[in-house]
Amino acid sequence: MSTIIKFQNITKIYHVGSEDVHALENLSLEIKKNEYVAIMGPSGSGKSTLMNIIGCLDTPTSGLYELNGVNVSDMNDNQLAKIRNKEIGFVFQTFNLLARSDVLHNVELPLIYGGISSGERKKLAREAIERVGLTERIHHKPNELSGGQRQRVAIARSLVTQPSILLADEPTGNLDSKTGDEIMALFDKLFAEGNTIILVTHEEYIAEHANRIIRLRDGMIEGDEIVRNRRAISQPTVQA
Amino acid sequence: MRFMVSEIREGLLIAFQAVRANKMRSVLTTLGIVIGIVSVTLMGTAIEGLNRAFNKSISAIGADVLYVQKWPWGGGEDWWRIRNRPDIRIQHAKAIERQAELAASVSPVSGTGRNVKYGRKLIEGIVIVGTNADYLRTTGADIAFGRFFTAMEAEGGRPVCVIGSEVAENLFPNETPLGKTIKLGNYPYRVVGVLEKQGSFLGLQSLDTRAYVPIDRFFTEFASRRSGLSILVKSATLELVDEAKEEVRGVMRKARGLKPKQEDDFAINQQEILIQTFNQIGVVIAGVGLFITGMALFVGGIGIMNIMFVSVTERTREIGIRMAIGAPRRTILQQFLMESAALCLLGGIIGLIIAFPLSLIIDQVLPTAMPLSIVGIALLISVFVGVVSGFLPAYRASRLDPVDALRYE
Repeated sequence: MSTIIKFQNITKIYHVGSEDVHALENLSLEIKKNEYVAIMGPSGSGKSTLMNIIGCLDTPTSGLYELNGVNVSDMNDNQLAKIRNKEIGFVFQTFNLLARSDVLHNVELPLIYGGISSGERKKLAREAIERVGLTERIHHKPNELSGGQRQRVAIARSLVTQPSILLADEPTGNLDSKTGDEIMALFDKLFAEGNTIILVTHEEYIAEHANRIIRLRDGMIEGDEIVRNRRAISQPTVQA
Repeated sequence: MRFMVSEIREGLLIAFQAVRANKMRSVLTTLGIVIGIVSVTLMGTAIEGLNRAFNKSISAIGADVLYVQKWPWGGGEDWWRIRNRPDIRIQHAKAIERQAELAASVSPVSGTGRNVKYGRKLIEGIVIVGTNADYLRTTGADIAFGRFFTAMEAEGGRPVCVIGSEVAENLFPNETPLGKTIKLGNYPYRVVGVLEKQGSFLGLQSLDTRAYVPIDRFFTEFASRRSGLSILVKSATLELVDEAKEEVRGVMRKARGLKPKQEDDFAINQQEILIQTFNQIGVVIAGVGLFITGMALFVGGIGIMNIMFVSVTERTREIGIRMAIGAPRRTILQQFLMESAALCLLGGIIGLIIAFPLSLIIDQVLPTAMPLSIVGIALLISVFVGVVSGFLPAYRASRLDPVDALRYE
């Protein structure tokens, strides 16, 4: 399996007032293609910072970050925007959909910034929406959808550019447990289809869907284990 | 290229959605722009109207005509000194006619206001103009039907008149005026001709509400022989108008008996001077208009800037989402510039909708229509104001940190 993410001695320091906060401390890490990684840790452990750096929303203070063999740690804003567009699919806890746009347009959005032609965009977006089982809601606005459906839209949006990694930040955090299970089943299915998934969570049973759990504490890796008994949902029940 | 097209389309869509989502706010915000655009449009329309009225009226008189008068056009000289000048008299016209070789034709002209009656119909306050038989040739006016009075009639002081088209329409709606006797003031005159419609000058005084009578008779019946007149001199050709002017000046100086060092005690006016004066007035009007417009647009622009800052703050999270999904900073900048431009364009369109009926009111005074170029200019100006006043907020939006923006509540 080829390496997708390679962190070498990544350090991130925030300046808060006169204090320096070391959010990540000399962190090294490798994630391979088609891994399903859960990142865990208490608040303040640096998981958000790690997410942001993996997602190219933020750059490390020092260290080397290679994504698909390309050094992204020194890239400028525009180059990072392009990487985010092509390589990363974000799924957020609060869904972060555009409230005034319908499902189709929300899912199309990354393709617009990717410069895909309108016809191609519609086709790809419809395919992604079908994969998350929301074809019937394609012209609904986010406020006409349930939380689970919104998260599916967000997942469709993250999939539509066929990124190298899906980056999910507490994707079930705002959902009840049943809906959360459905969303996790969807991730399991996407993983089975060959996607690389990185999941940030603080709930053990969510993390157990992954096949590898990285535990952070104080900006350092405290544990990195392979999950023996994946809580794989046997039948990826996808309901619209 | 295709990349740009879909981005711009997305930008327009967002702008449209943003305006639609905040209809009331958008309309109120654009008020300053609306006022600015109304002012731009009306000012443009008024100036256009002035120009049209001026050119229309002035061209009826002809650019090769000199006006020997007591008063210079455009003023600027000492009022009292000019007031004390001797009046221009009929004998001066005769002298010019005899001596000025570059004068193609010469017409003395004097006017006064009177009522005109035909049967029970009455028109108040038309201008009775006394002149000679050469009037048509001198001014380039045309007769619609009938004829102008002849030199014989003029010298014989016959009670004949030629009336303007409006007088004819009002007194003789259903019959021919020719051969009818009308009363100018208290005196009966036989109508021998009707002039072609000429239009009005700045909407103040229509050339069509006039009646032309032989000047000798004019002086016995309507004005004292001592009262002043103007002498219209048509130059032989347009090119020779300056030479003709010098010649006429020489004749007048001789007739007045001026010594070489004495100043002229008369004025020789030309349309050119009127045009210059008019242009000066135009510049003043345009200047004042520009100032008012500029103020309104400036205030409007500040309003737009303010609301765009609000919009950027409100949509910080949306900006974060777009950035996370891969929108580069330039695209965010462009999106908010478009929104601001769209807002101003909305104001511009509302402004035009308001200005159009107002321009019809102006039309009552000045014969004009809202020129299409003004519509284009108004829309361009509103977009320009939008881009300028939207720049700072849009720039701020584009500089947001995606992590902070996503976390913004």
